[in-house]
Amino acid sequence: MSSLFAREVPLSWYLLLSAALFSLGVVGFLVKRNLITMFMSIELMLNGVNLSFVTFAHQWHAVKGQIFVFFVMMVAAAEAAVGLAIIIAVFRARATLAVDRIDRMKL
Amino acid sequence: MNPDLHLWLIPLLPFAGFLINGILGRGLPKWLITTFALLAPLAAFGIVLNAAATIYVFIASPCVPCGPPDWGYIHLPYTVTLPLPWINAGLLHIDFSFVLDQLSLVMLLVVTGVGFLIHIYSVGYMSDDKGYARYFSYLNLFLFFMTVLVLAGNALVMFIGWEGVGLASYLLIGFWFQKKSAADAGKKAFIVNRIGDFGFLVGMFLLVAYFGTLTFSEIGANLNAHPEWQGGVLTIIALCLMLGAAGKSAQLPLYIWLPDAMEGPTPVSALIHAATMVTAGVYMVARTHILFDHSPVALGVVATVGAATAIFAATIALVQNDIKRVLAYSTISQLGYMFLGCGIAAYSAAIFHLMTHAFFKALLFLAAGSVIHAIGGEQDLRKMGGLRKKLPVTFAVTTVGVLAIAGIFPFSGFFSKDAILYAAFLQGTNGKILWFVGLLTALLTAFYMFRLWYMTFMGESRSPENHPHECPWSMRGPLLILAALSVCGGWIGMEHFGNFLAPSVGVLPTEGGNWHLELILSVVAVAVALEGWLIADKFYRRRPERPAQYAAALPAGYKLLANKYFVDEFYGAVVVKPLLAVSKFFLEWVVDIGILGGAAWLLGGIATFAGAILQRWQSGNLRSYAAWLAAGAAAVLIFILILRPDLGPPAQSVHFGVSMESIRKVMGH
Repeated sequence: MSSLFAREVPLSWYLLLSAALFSLGVVGFLVKRNLITMFMSIELMLNGVNLSFVTFAHQWHAVKGQIFVFFVMMVAAAEAAVGLAIIIAVFRARATLAVDRIDRMKL
Repeated sequence: MNPDLHLWLIPLLPFAGFLINGILGRGLPKWLITTFALLAPLAAFGIVLNAAATIYVFIASPCVPCGPPDWGYIHLPYTVTLPLPWINAGLLHIDFSFVLDQLSLVMLLVVTGVGFLIHIYSVGYMSDDKGYARYFSYLNLFLFFMTVLVLAGNALVMFIGWEGVGLASYLLIGFWFQKKSAADAGKKAFIVNRIGDFGFLVGMFLLVAYFGTLTFSEIGANLNAHPEWQGGVLTIIALCLMLGAAGKSAQLPLYIWLPDAMEGPTPVSALIHAATMVTAGVYMVARTHILFDHSPVALGVVATVGAATAIFAATIALVQNDIKRVLAYSTISQLGYMFLGCGIAAYSAAIFHLMTHAFFKALLFLAAGSVIHAIGGEQDLRKMGGLRKKLPVTFAVTTVGVLAIAGIFPFSGFFSKDAILYAAFLQGTNGKILWFVGLLTALLTAFYMFRLWYMTFMGESRSPENHPHECPWSMRGPLLILAALSVCGGWIGMEHFGNFLAPSVGVLPTEGGNWHLELILSVVAVAVALEGWLIADKFYRRRPERPAQYAAALPAGYKLLANKYFVDEFYGAVVVKPLLAVSKFFLEWVVDIGILGGAAWLLGGIATFAGAILQRWQSGNLRSYAAWLAAGAAAVLIFILILRPDLGPPAQSVHFGVSMESIRKVMGH
C-alpha cells in the first residue's frame, strides 16, 4: 500500500506543497495588516511544516514524525486560544485590528 | 622517642577562651566568664611548666635514659609540624611548625606565667567594666597569638603571631573606644607597626629569594655551613628584620606609638606594652641571631639604635607627669637596653633582661594600676603623694619594682642590666661607648623611677580623693607574686642562664673579661644607681623647690623634654600631613572623580550611545519585526545552503535514523 502510494505521488510533490504552504504563510504574515489574518497565516506555516513531518514519517516508516505533528497541533491549539483572547482584548482596548496602529510599546 | 609535650594546646587553649568569651560572653554570668578566661592561660601555663619540667629532668640527667624506658632522651629543639602541607609553591615549601627550644621555653614561661598573673589582676581591675567579657576575650586572643609567635618554627608562622599580637594590641589599646584619644592611640599603634611589618615582610622575601626557606633551623644550618658569607645581602636582610623589630619593640624611630598605647586599661599596658608583646622584637632578633652574627654592620646598627633609644627615652621620662607615661618611656628605654645587648651579640643577656624586665615592669604597671584604682582614676603624679600609709601593699611592691629597675643589688634588674653592661664593656672602644651610654641611662633610670616613687608615695597628699583604698586580693596576689619574682628573678645568675640558652642563641661573648672586672663594673653600676636615687631624694624630698628652679634655669631644655623632643609634632608635619594631603587629593580627584566617576560616566555614555542607535529597530511596527525575522531566517538558510555548504549537514550525517545520502537519492526519483 505504502509503496503503491509512493509510486503514484513522489515524495518531492509533498515537500513542494509543504514549502508552498509555508511560503504562503510567511508572505501572508508579512503583507496582511489585519491581526486575524496574520494569525491565520501563522497557522498556515505550522501546517506546512506539519505536512513535511507527516511526509517523512510515512516515507521512512518512523513514528516520531507523526508524534511531532501531534505536539505541534496541540501547541497550535493552545496558542490559538491565548492568541484569540489577546486579539479580543486588543480590539476592546483599541477598537482596531490593524497592527500598524498597535505600536504603543515602542520606545 | 620524645615524650609528647602537647605544644599545640598552648596556643589553642587561649584561643578556645577567646571564642567562648568572644561569642557567648554577653550571655554568660560573670563568674563563668572569669572561669573560662582564667582557665585558658592557667592550663597553657601548666602545659609549659610540664614541658619545662620534662626538659629539666632530661637535661639535668643526660647520662642515662631515665624515666619510663620508652621516653628516651628529649631532644631540643623539639619540633611539631602540622601533618598537612601548608604552603607549596614551586620550590618553596613551608610547614606549619612549632619549635620548642631553650629560647622559646624561657619566653613561653614569661608569656604564660606573667600573662596568667595579669589575667587574675584584671579580674579585680576590670570588675566594674561593661565590656568584661570582651576584655577577657581580647586578652585570651593576645595570649593565643603571642604563644604562636614564640613557638613559631619559621618566619611565616612567626609573622602570623606577630600580626596577631598587633591586632590584639590595637583592640585593647582602643578598648574604651568611645574615648577618641583611645581609638586614635589604637590606630596610631597599628599604623606605626605597619611600617615595621613592611621591613619584616621584605626581610622574609629576601630570605625566600636567597635561602629558599623560612625555617629558622634551616637558615641557621645554611649559614653555619658557610662562615665565609658575611655582610652583603645578609646585612640587608638583618636590617629589614631589625626594622620590624624596631616597630614592634618601640625603638627609634618607630617608638612613638608606645606612650600613646597607655590609653588602654592598665593591665593591658602591663601585659602587652611592657612585659610580653613589645619584647617580641628582641625575641625575633635573638631567634634570627645567626643572620645578625654574619653581619657586623647590622649588629652595629642594632646596638646603636638600642643605646640611642635607651638614653633618648630615659631623658623624656625625666619630666613626664603621667605615671603611666613615665613607665612607658622607661619601657622603651629598657627595650633599648635589650637591643644594646643583642647588638653586642650578648643575646642571652638580652633575653635575661627581657625576663627580669617582664617581672619588674609588669609589677610596676600593675602597682601603678592599683594606685590609679585607689585614687579614682587619677594618673597625674602631681596630684598624688603621701600614699605610703594608705596603700601599704602597693607601696611595698612598688619599692621592690623601683629598686629592681634601678639595678640595686640584689634585685633582679641588677643582674640582667649588669650582664649587658659587662658584655658591652668587653667589646673594645665602641663597646666602652655603649657601656657609658648604658651607665648614663642607668643613672637617669634610677632618677626618674625614684622621682615617681617620691611623688606617688612620699610627702603630703595632693589628691582631692580623701579615702584611697587598697586594692582587692585578686589584684594584691599577682602584685605580691610579681614582687617576689622581681626580687629573686635574677638570682639564677647570668652564667647559669647563659649556659642554658647557649644552644639556642650562642654563648655570651666574654673574652678578655674576668671576675675582678665584673665586680668593679657591678660596683660602679650600683653606685651610679644610688647616685640617681640621691639626686631624686634631693629634688623631691629635701629640696622640693629644686625641679622648678632647674626648669626655670633651662627653659629651652625643659620645654624640649616636656614635649618629648617634639618628635610627634615633627612626624606630624613631615609624614602625616603631607600623606594626608596626598591621599586626600588622590582619593578625591584620582579615585573618586577620576576612576569611579569616570567609569560610571563611561558605562552610562556607552549605553546611551548604543541605545540611540539601536532604538531605531524598536519601531513598534509588528510587520517590520516579522520582516526582520524572515530576512534573518532567509539569510541563515542562504548562508548555509549556498555560500558555505560545508557548514550544513554532511552527506553521511544521520537524521531520524536515515542518512542524508539516502534522502538525496529518494528526492532524485
